Order: sequence, then C-alpha cells, then structure tokens
Amino acid sequence: MARLNMVTAIDQALLQEMERDPKVIVLGEDVGRDGGVFRVTEGLVERFGEERVIDTPLAESGIVGFAIGMALAGYRPVAEVQFSGFVYPGYDQILSHAARYRTRSRGQWTVPLVVRMPYGGGIRALEHHSESMEAVFAHIPGLKVVMPADPYEAKGLLTAAIRDPDPVIFFEPARVYRAIKMEVPEEQYEIPLGVARVVREGKDLTLIGWGAQLRVCREAADRLASEGRYEVEVVDIRTISPFDFETVTASVVKTGRAVIVHEAPRTCGFGAEISAQIMERAILRLEAPVRRVTGFDTIPPLAKLEDYFQPDVDLVVHEIIATMEF
Amino acid sequence: MADQRPQGKTNAAGGRSPKAGGRKAKAAKLVETTGLRPDELIGLLQRMMLIREFEEECARLYRAGRIRGVTHTYQGQEAVAVGVCSTLNVSDFITSTHRGHAHVIAKGGDVNLMMAELLGKATGYCKGRGGSMHIADMSQGILGANGIVGGGMGIAVGAALSSKMLGRDTVAVCFFGDGAMNQGILHEVSNIAACWNLPVVFLCENNFYGMSASVEDTLACKEMNLAGRAAAYDIPAATCDGMDVIDVHLATRAAVERARGGGGPSYVVCTTYRFLGHHVGDPLTYRDKSAVDPWRLRDPIPNFAGRLVADNLATREQVDRWEAEAKDAIARALAFAEESPDPDPSNLTEDVFA
Ligand SMILES: Cc1ncc(C[n+]2csc(CCOP(=O)(O)OP(=O)(O)O)c2C)c(N)n1
Ligand SMILES: [Mg+2]
Repeated sequence: MARLNMVTAIDQALLQEMERDPKVIVLGEDVGRDGGVFRVTEGLVERFGEERVIDTPLAESGIVGFAIGMALAGYRPVAEVQFSGFVYPGYDQILSHAARYRTRSRGQWTVPLVVRMPYGGGIRALEHHSESMEAVFAHIPGLKVVMPADPYEAKGLLTAAIRDPDPVIFFEPARVYRAIKMEVPEEQYEIPLGVARVVREGKDLTLIGWGAQLRVCREAADRLASEGRYEVEVVDIRTISPFDFETVTASVVKTGRAVIVHEAPRTCGFGAEISAQIMERAILRLEAPVRRVTGFDTIPPLAKLEDYFQPDVDLVVHEIIATMEF
Repeated sequence: MADQRPQGKTNAAGGRSPKAGGRKAKAAKLVETTGLRPDELIGLLQRMMLIREFEEECARLYRAGRIRGVTHTYQGQEAVAVGVCSTLNVSDFITSTHRGHAHVIAKGGDVNLMMAELLGKATGYCKGRGGSMHIADMSQGILGANGIVGGGMGIAVGAALSSKMLGRDTVAVCFFGDGAMNQGILHEVSNIAACWNLPVVFLCENNFYGMSASVEDTLACKEMNLAGRAAAYDIPAATCDGMDVIDVHLATRAAVERARGGGGPSYVVCTTYRFLGHHVGDPLTYRDKSAVDPWRLRDPIPNFAGRLVADNLATREQVDRWEAEAKDAIARALAFAEESPDPDPSNLTEDVFA
C-alpha cells in the first residue's frame, strides 16, 4: 500500500472515479492546466481532457449553478471552490436550489453534486482563507456535509460523495493536506456517509471532533492516557450532516461525559447541536455538563494570533480534566 | 493565443467614448499635453517608485517567511494605480482588490501602517488582524482592499449613490481585474449605476490573467475589447495603455470629470501586465516564460523617468535620488513595522460589535 498525503489521496479518488464513470466531471477555477490552488486536481486534465476537467471563469455562483444543471441532466459534477471563504456567491445556488430539488419534487429529482473546498486554519492565511463554516451548510436541509480527517478517509468519503445521489459539501482541512501521510489502498473503496467512527476506545469521557481537529483530539486523549489519568474515547464524526447520533449517544451512555471540539465560532457552531442532542438522548446518563472547545465568535485573525484562536491540545486536555473533575 | 504583446496606446472603444484631450504623440511636452504642473508629473514617478519598492520588499519578506498567508504584488502595473488615483481628491472613494497595496499607496495610504499590517503588528491599519488583502483607510477614501474577487463592486456603487444623495461631488472608483469581470455582481451594479446615473468609474486592470485563467479562454468579448461590455449598459468606455501613467491619467480624468459633473458612470480598461506570478511563489506554469520580456521593455517607471528627462523636467541624478528616497521610505516603513508590538491576544474577541 502506498503512503499518500491528503492531496494525493483526493486526486486519486477523483481520477479513479472519473475512470469508472464517464459522467463524472471536475470543474472550477484553475482546476485544469494549473491543477488547482493546492494541486489537488493535478494530472486530471492531461488524462481526461478539457471536456471533463473544466477551467471555468471566475464566477462562483455560475460554477455551482451550472453544476446543478449538469447534475439534473445526468452528469456527476465535482465542483471545486478555491477556499471555502469564496463560496458565498455560490451559496445562494446551494441553499436555494441544489439542496431543495429532492424535497420539492417529493423525491422525483435529485442533484448528485459535490462541492469540494479547503477549509480551516493552521495555514497562516487571511480571514476568508482560514474559516470553518460547516454549520451554515449543516443548517440546510437536503445537504450532506462531509469533513474528512485524514488521507484514508478523504479518499473513501469522496468516492462515496461522488456516488451519492444528493448534493454533498466536501470540506477538506487545508492544514492536513500535506501534513501527514498514511497508507491508502490503491483500489477504490467507499466510506459510507452519515456514519461516525470510534477511533479510540475509552471508558471515562467521549471526545468528539472532525476534520483537522481530530488530530488535536487524538493527541489530547493520548496524552491523558500516557499520563495514566483518563481513558478518553475519541469519536471521529466524518459526516456532519446527516449526523450519526447513534454512535455518539452509545459512547456517551457508556462514558457519561462529553467534550466537543471544533475550530468554528462557538455560537450556533455544530457543537451546539450535538450538545443539545446528547441532552435529549442521554441526559440521565450524564455525570457532567457537555463542554465545547471552539473558536471564538469572531473572524479568524491573522497569523500572529491564530494559535490563540484555534483549539489546541493543551486547551482540550484542560477541558477534559474540568469535565472529569466536575 | 490572442495577441498579448503590448499594443501601446489603444483607442477609446465601446459606448460613447470619452474625450481624452490631447492623448497624442509622446514627443509632445508633458506639461502641455497633460495640463499637469512639473511637480505633479514628478509626483507620479515618485509614487510609482514607492509602490515598486514596497512590492519588492513584500516579495522579499514573503519569501523569508515573514509575511504569511498569500500576498499578491503589483510590479509592472504601477502606472494604473498612480495614473488613476492622481485624478482623485482625498474625499473621493476607491474600492480595491486582492492586489491592492498599490491602490492604497496611490490614494494616500501610509506605507508605515501598511507594512505593519502586512507583518501582523498592532500598529497596522487593521491592528494586525486583517493583513495584505484587507487594508482600508477611511480618512483617505480607501474603502478597502478585498480578499473576495469582485467584493468591492457593490461597495463602490453604494458610495457613489451616497455622494449623489448627499449632493456631494465625490466620485467612486472601483478597481477590479479582468478575472473579476466575470463575477455576476458586476452586471448588477453596472446596470444600477447606469440607471441611476451614479458617479462611479469601473476601473478594470486587464493583465490578461486571473490566476491561471487567460482572458482569451474565459472572457466573452470580441478582439479582447473588454471595454466593449459597457455598451450593453449604455455606459461610455475607454481603453488605455496601462503601462503609461499619462495615458491612464488622461483616460481616467475624463471619466472622473464626467462623473463629477453629473454625467454618470464610465468604464476604463487599462491594458497592463503583471511582471511576476499571481502571488509570490506562483510557479507561473500557465504563461510562457518569455511572454513578460516585451512588457518589461515597457516598464512604466524607467519609461516615464526617461520622458521626464527628455522633457527637461528632471535630470538622471534626480531620478536616481528619487529612487533612493523610495527605498529609504520603505526601509523606514519596515523598521517601523519591526519595532512595533505584536497584537495583544487578549483583544481577540473585541471589535465584533460596537
Ligand atoms: C470570490 C473569489 N473567488 C476566487 C478567489 C481566488 N482568487 C484570488 S485572485 C484570483 C484571480 C483574479 O484575477 P483578476 O481579477 O484578473 O485580478 P489579478 O489577479 O489579475 O490582479 C482568484 C481566482 C477569490 N479571492 N475570491
Ligand atoms: Mg487579471
């Protein structure tokens, strides 16, 4: 098995799915000749030509809009937006159209569209280039929101997302792109959407995270275990919407405590929804209030302050201890 | 491939063409053709030099890892920012772009505060939390650079509308690139500006590329006549030589005068070239390595310096001294930034609301 970083794993998923299904089309700004801002689509135009790897004009509302039309007409478009902070001219198309076709038509029509975009901090970039705004997508009924944490997940989840009959927002953690390599099978595989995964078992507390924050969660759990303090169970959410409440509830019922980590702003962040659901499903099993470790309710600051904005291992450990000692 | 060699001066095109009085032979005396005083002409050169030095320093700092994120520099396009802003008053507005350092400097921004912002220092324009793409200076009518391509378009037109409603004669100039020409909002605001006869100048810098996307591949317009689009809104338009500060000045001046006089919006398209990559570190895979060579020969700074010398408005020694002064000013800006404190993390959540 080859060791791949996330950029290569995603590129491979796209390439293999385009080979398998001639209806899969990649489109976006600079995705062809240039291979994309983060070089995720490198080599695709050489392999599949400009008909299937389309360099579009600079027009996000158009990119998403015509991807919807292609999806309705039988294609499987995978649109790239260069940074998630640039998607908002196209947000109208996602919210007002892509997400509604199935429900509006009582299941007759469907929009098998994927919008891929890097998100999140850790790359020392300016505000629109560092945001983590999954909650404003998860709030939209009819939209799936996927957030892989590592190269293996990215390949399997993206393959499933392209094959999925519904519109999927695929958030790629920019700071993970080239940060880690891991074994990724050469052959195609799918990781089902809407299923979380317990990546580390533990009896004391359930630690919930996704995307780039999963590494922070794992390190925090490892540290507490190596210090012989607590056995923390780590749940990798993988798909924000639809959300796998069964896996999360089962874990919290077992541990009686939960901490949720995300780098998005706290208010109305997805942690709030998870916390509410835990309360509804397992309040009598809770030994302590559910705590959240999040970004602040402000736009991400420039490089120098970024480390204060992002949750880190120290902070997560601190919150776990506070929850344990409640 | 469309012809991307420098064309020199091109003609006004599309819509009713503005009268750019006396845009004739370069040999003519600058003072006579422009109506500008010698010190004003010299000021144009000095501003371009200051921008060039600022951008060179930015590129160095970025490569050294001291400016983080992404930084888009402006080398080659200096005549546009300076030519345009030299037609404006302090109270006039501009909206700028992701490639906005030059617009800010040309409109009267302070290089010390800019450099501090780029280095993320507390003394910067945004107190070190906005960075390269978000510099604004309300005291100079600079409504902001913008990390979102096309982000300034609505803002500029709104500023123009407020000028009109308040009965002021201020004008708004909306800078954007050829790539931004394809953002949908430009259609909305062009239509509104024309319907309401607003004092705004849509100022397109055509450097032939939006990142790797060439104008030829992505912009529907005959024979590269970007300004031709304005005709659809019945907006007058001109195309000018963006490598020539005087040509830019005169074309923009006509548009600004029209706006100030109640004549409504204009398009001005400046044909120019970015000497370097889209951002510092861009490997430039999409552009022929030698494509820049003919444009370098038309470098707006030495060429305009040569014209000032030819017109006996300056000596070579003076030109050299001004260049040294620009370098000094940027060195001082860097020193100011370096000596400035980092932002205080305890302020992180401030300034979200009043
Ligand atoms: C809405 C949005 N989409 C994409 C980007 C990424 N991006 C930044 S600059 C740029 C190209 C802009 O081209 P142009 O308008 O011609 O300006 P130039 O870079 O040539 O000065 C792109 C695609 C962005 N910042 N905002
Ligand atoms: Mg351009």
